Amino acid sequence: MQFGIFTVSDITQDPTTGRTPTEHERIQATLTIAKHAEEVGLDVFALGEHHNPPFWSSSPTTTLAYIAGQTSTLQLSTATTLITTNDPVKVAEDYAMLQHVSGGRADLMLGRGNTGPVYPWFGKDIRQGLPLTLENYELLHRLWREDVVDWSGKFRTPLQGFTSTPRPLDGVPPFVWHGSIRSPEIAEQAAFYGDGFFANHIFWPASHTERMIALYRQRYEHHGHGTAAQAIVGLGGQVFMRKNSQDAVNDFRPYFDNAPVYGHGPSLEEFSQQTPLTVGSPQEVIDRTLGFRDYVGDYQRQLWLLDHAGLPLKTVLEQLDLLGGEVVPVLRKEFAKDRPADVPDAPTHASLVRAKYGDQAPRQATPNANRGDNLTVGSPYRDTASVEAAQSGSSRQAGAAFGPAATRKEVVR
Amino acid sequence: MNAKRIVVVSAGLSTPSSTRQLADRLAADAVGILRERGVEVDVQTFELRDLAHDITNHLLMGFAPPKLEEALDAVSSADGLIAVTPIFTTSYAGLFKSFIDVIDPQALTDLPVLMGATGGTPRHSLAIDYAIRPLFTYLHAIPVTTGVFAATGDWGGGDDGVRSLPDRIFRGAKEFADLVEQTDRSDFVNDPFALERPFGHLIGGLSGE
Repeated sequence: MQFGIFTVSDITQDPTTGRTPTEHERIQATLTIAKHAEEVGLDVFALGEHHNPPFWSSSPTTTLAYIAGQTSTLQLSTATTLITTNDPVKVAEDYAMLQHVSGGRADLMLGRGNTGPVYPWFGKDIRQGLPLTLENYELLHRLWREDVVDWSGKFRTPLQGFTSTPRPLDGVPPFVWHGSIRSPEIAEQAAFYGDGFFANHIFWPASHTERMIALYRQRYEHHGHGTAAQAIVGLGGQVFMRKNSQDAVNDFRPYFDNAPVYGHGPSLEEFSQQTPLTVGSPQEVIDRTLGFRDYVGDYQRQLWLLDHAGLPLKTVLEQLDLLGGEVVPVLRKEFAKDRPADVPDAPTHASLVRAKYGDQAPRQATPNANRGDNLTVGSPYRDTASVEAAQSGSSRQAGAAFGPAATRKEVVR
Repeated sequence: MNAKRIVVVSAGLSTPSSTRQLADRLAADAVGILRERGVEVDVQTFELRDLAHDITNHLLMGFAPPKLEEALDAVSSADGLIAVTPIFTTSYAGLFKSFIDVIDPQALTDLPVLMGATGGTPRHSLAIDYAIRPLFTYLHAIPVTTGVFAATGDWGGGDDGVRSLPDRIFRGAKEFADLVEQTDRSDFVNDPFALERPFGHLIGGLSGE
């Protein structure tokens, strides 16, 4: 099981001092936080994407690539990548690049975003949020799996003979999680492709998360990717810890009361009761987190939100020390107990390469000589022939859901 | 046959409240008419005052605390809604509108609604038709033609000289009861986690679903 943190990249005034960090300070602080996450033994760092103040993370792959260069084991992910307003071609290129520079430590979580004007800023219509999500991902999925793509859809200019470069590392696309709070369609989308499903979890009652995960698991099995128990589930969480429970409550309350999302709404106590927010001792965080398994089943990835609402860097680093030092080691041990052997771990690049190639050497995409016919004869890659055999099964399964292929009767999942 | 489920929502702020009193009168007449026809009726009443903090938290947070969730579930799966609000500053009370705002936009489709309103003078009585009725038609509910406005004077002898308050209550309750008797709305559970259509259609025509 993987443990890590996710950040939304908000630049928020510290309510206890009245001071707001500069963009530069907050960006540097986040880099420090990511590196420290690896130092304390966490597995994952996931970064949000926003295109408006007071957030800074407009260019996640730039940031994640730098973090990749500064770390050696940390898995780099997103929370979330906007599949609605980003061009799927650029997403395919950027995250394949991130795979290569990070040595396969990249995956991503797709989402629709929560800021309405981002749609018009990027020339999209918010009322088309769901159709955009479905069409864009279908194209992204193909771009990573087919060397040459002919495509046309409703929302983007058509592609003829397009190759997304670089090809995914070792011929294995980055693993994709689909994040959603309230859309059963997204649980269905994740299940349809056999991808991971991430429930944000932190702003919602447990009963809600329970039902979304149950739907995803059931549909994962329906689409033939494995049993419901084998579906790939991630959960958000939110904690604030001090050795002593009451100190945690006292220290966190001003940040809670003024937080951008829930501030000036429910009390800390009400919110802790109604959502997974846990403010207390490390032992309380351990107990609460272990309880998640009771309603979502054995799962693969737990991410916590630690660094928002104006909490200063020093405090966030202390939180990481407690997480890595006292909480996660116990959780690893406890979650491993009674975990059925056939429940997989979260996919990594290594596990995906093994699943695809077994003992065979993975694909190393090598372009043809740069001649006039390199795009018109066969494939732009000289290694295609040897790869096609290995890929044929999976690429047929990934068949187009748009255009003429969509209505072919032999497309069976 | 299952009992018909009528939900009463009162947005009165004072205790005791003439808004609640009107709501109870409307409910009593509707229930009486239905029982006379042999129709079983369950009535559940919610005072929005009790839910005011939850409603605000829902507006801020996007989810309903447990007590409010119970009210929202009851309204969305009802066979009929009796909705009564005071008229403040020419329109429905802010608390009433806030409650309407946290209802899922599809949750009231085909729901018979009996509207009531209270105010200091009869000069606000059209507020039912210019302010409240459009809310429910927008939500594809079915507001009955008679809305019942009770001014302070109505609680004494001072009716509008044509029809007394009890007459108007009975007329609205009868129109409402006629619709409630016919609907089978509460037999269909509204599941927010249900997929409206199989995914093959969502994504553009995959067959075999």
